[in-house]
Amino acid sequence: MSETVSDEGGILTAPHVLEYPYRRSVGPVLGRFFTELRAGKIVGVRTQQGRVLAPPQEYDPETGAATSNDFVEVGPGGVVTTWSWVTRPRSKQPLAHPFAWALVKLDGADTAMLHAVDAGDITRMRTGMRVRPRWRAERVGHIHDIECFEPEP
Amino acid sequence: MSEEQKPVTNIKTPMRLEYRYSAGIATSRFLHGIAQGKILGQRCPICSKVYVPPRGSCPRCAVATEEEVELSDKGTITTYAIVRVPSENIDVPLPFASVHVLLDGADLPMFSVVQECPLEKIRMGMRVQAVWVPKEQLGPTLQSIRYFKPIDEPDVPADQLRETV
Repeated sequence: MSETVSDEGGILTAPHVLEYPYRRSVGPVLGRFFTELRAGKIVGVRTQQGRVLAPPQEYDPETGAATSNDFVEVGPGGVVTTWSWVTRPRSKQPLAHPFAWALVKLDGADTAMLHAVDAGDITRMRTGMRVRPRWRAERVGHIHDIECFEPEP
Repeated sequence: MSEEQKPVTNIKTPMRLEYRYSAGIATSRFLHGIAQGKILGQRCPICSKVYVPPRGSCPRCAVATEEEVELSDKGTITTYAIVRVPSENIDVPLPFASVHVLLDGADLPMFSVVQECPLEKIRMGMRVQAVWVPKEQLGPTLQSIRYFKPIDEPDVPADQLRETV
C-alpha cells in the first residue's frame, strides 16, 4: 500500500487535489487597479453620478451604466464596515494565525473592499474601527500586494 | 518601457481544493479484487445487469447491487477514440486508443487503453485481453491493468454490441 492510499476497514481512501492554475486577463479598469497596487496605491473609479467605487468596477452596480474613466486614489486607511473572525486559517488564506475577513471602506470611497485584518485577537475587532494596509515589500500587481490590513494605532 | 512601468494585464487566480477521496464500499471491493488479479462486478437483483466497475447500486432500478460476479479479463471493444492531444496525467505515448471494453459477462463497458495494436486496426467488435502488471506489483489500483491488447478471436458482430455502445 502506498503512503498516500489508506485502508480503513476495507474502505480505501486517497488524497485528491483538484487544482486549476488559472491566470486571468484584466481589462483597463481592473488592470489600472492592479497597476496602482503595484505602485503602492489604492484607486477607485467614479460612477457617472460621482460615487467612488473601490475596488473599481466597469459598471455601476446600482444603475448598470458604465463607470467614468475618472480614477481616484482612496485610502490608504479606512473603516471596517463588517467582519468575520477566522479561528483556524486554511493554508491558502492571507494569514497563518487567526484573523478577520472584513469589508473595509477606504477613505474617499463609497463602497467597501474585502480583505484580511490582522487584529491579533477577536476582541480587538470592532465594526467602525480604523485600519490601514500593510504593504508587501515586493509587489507584482495583485490584491496580495496588500498583505492585510492592520488596526491604525 | 521597463517591466515596472507596463500596466498589469493579467493576474494569477489559482484554485486548489484538497480532498480526501473515499472509494466507498463497492469501489473498494473492486480495487481489492484487482489487487488479487481479479475483476469483480456486481449484478442487479432486478434487471440482472452486471456492472463493472461496480457502483453499489443499479442506475436503472435504483436498488443496491450486492451480488458479486467475477469477470473474465477478456472482452470486446465497443467504441474507441484515438487520442492525439497530450495531457499531464497520461503516461501512454501518443497517439493511443482510448477504448470502452465490454468484459465477457458484463453489461457495462469500462474505460481502458489499447496497446500492442496498430491504430488503424482498432475497431468496434475487436476482441482484447487485459495485460496486467507483474504479480508482485499488483495493488488496489486500476494501474494494475496496464492496457488491453488484441487477441486472436473472431470479432463480435456490431448488432450484438448495439445495446452497450
